[in-house]
Amino acid sequence: MSGSSYSSVTDLVPDTPDTTIGAVTGRTGPASAPASDPLVIGGTELTSRLIMGTGGAPSLDVLERALLASGTEMTTVAMRRLAPETPGSVLSVLRAHGIRVLPNTAGCYTAGEAVLTARLAREALGTDWVKLEVIADERTLLPDPVELLDAAQTLVDEGFTVLPYTNDDPVLARKLEDVGCAAVMPLGSPIGSGLGIRNPHNFELIAERARVPVILDAGAGTASDAALAMELGCAAVLLASAVTRAQRPELMAAGMRHAVTAGRLAYRAGRIPRRHFARASSPAEGTAEWGDPERPAVE
Amino acid sequence: MTSPRLDEPAATARITVNGATHEVSPDCTLDQLVTRLTSAPSGVAAAVNDTVVPRPQWTRTPLATGDRVEILTAVQGG
Repeated sequence: MSGSSYSSVTDLVPDTPDTTIGAVTGRTGPASAPASDPLVIGGTELTSRLIMGTGGAPSLDVLERALLASGTEMTTVAMRRLAPETPGSVLSVLRAHGIRVLPNTAGCYTAGEAVLTARLAREALGTDWVKLEVIADERTLLPDPVELLDAAQTLVDEGFTVLPYTNDDPVLARKLEDVGCAAVMPLGSPIGSGLGIRNPHNFELIAERARVPVILDAGAGTASDAALAMELGCAAVLLASAVTRAQRPELMAAGMRHAVTAGRLAYRAGRIPRRHFARASSPAEGTAEWGDPERPAVE
Repeated sequence: MTSPRLDEPAATARITVNGATHEVSPDCTLDQLVTRLTSAPSGVAAAVNDTVVPRPQWTRTPLATGDRVEILTAVQGG
């Protein structure tokens, strides 16, 4: 998608009040609608609301084309042991296209492991941003809430900008925000499962009260999942497998880009309330009368 | 060959690097060790015994028998 076509879409949106709360139920929020509508995390503005992961791509070349098609401005990497035969670096791809690197702590099971990995990432990559992952077991890859909160507190105290991968638990999300996390990133469903958002209501609850960006961080399988996340009030979507393991990653990356944009626009526009019965959009007045005996009687 | 006397320096230091045992010279520094693994240590960080060693200190960080060294870099993931 070219930059110009993207601009033309956003230009069509009237400068109406932003609905930062209650968009799904039709209530409107504070009137503040910057035309550019940037995503702001820890004081840093990003134009794209799609954060990509780099895991699962069959090759660096496929990954590079998918990242470009996605329009992402920030992308995760993992920290692993340096091997002498380490092939072409994912970092060189990110640097070549000016994409921010977001190191994660994938594979860490304790707060201690995650904190040490974050410190190493900061040293290696020169960023104090970290996607904090502390998982409980290999089968579900679900976060360990106790270790996660512990690690988040430590890293915030050490000056990190912490983006925690968390359960879709409104209470835990609030506690992560309270210790100073720059965003909260609930999972829609287990990592790599493609099961979408299993508990949309929890996402609404989290997004309604959060003062930091809420980012769908796992489970997206296809474009409608990403759009739903944005409609529920997420500020951004982070995904990897849905794109990198799609049959045509570059095409899915473009689809996700459009879905995130569409979902965001719909959220800001404020959807119509759901109704039990139909509500005609054509006027009832002025309808012709034909005297057709087969016409049913009006109730 | 006679056994080394206790007051003599050991011929090598036995350290663990990324989980594997290595014999290095007793005056080997962290900087020399990383250079053995990669010629371009951009995007690389190292920890000795679970403590991150900032790169400017690598040349001043000697390695001794029993040290556990982890050398990490960024890979595709997440």
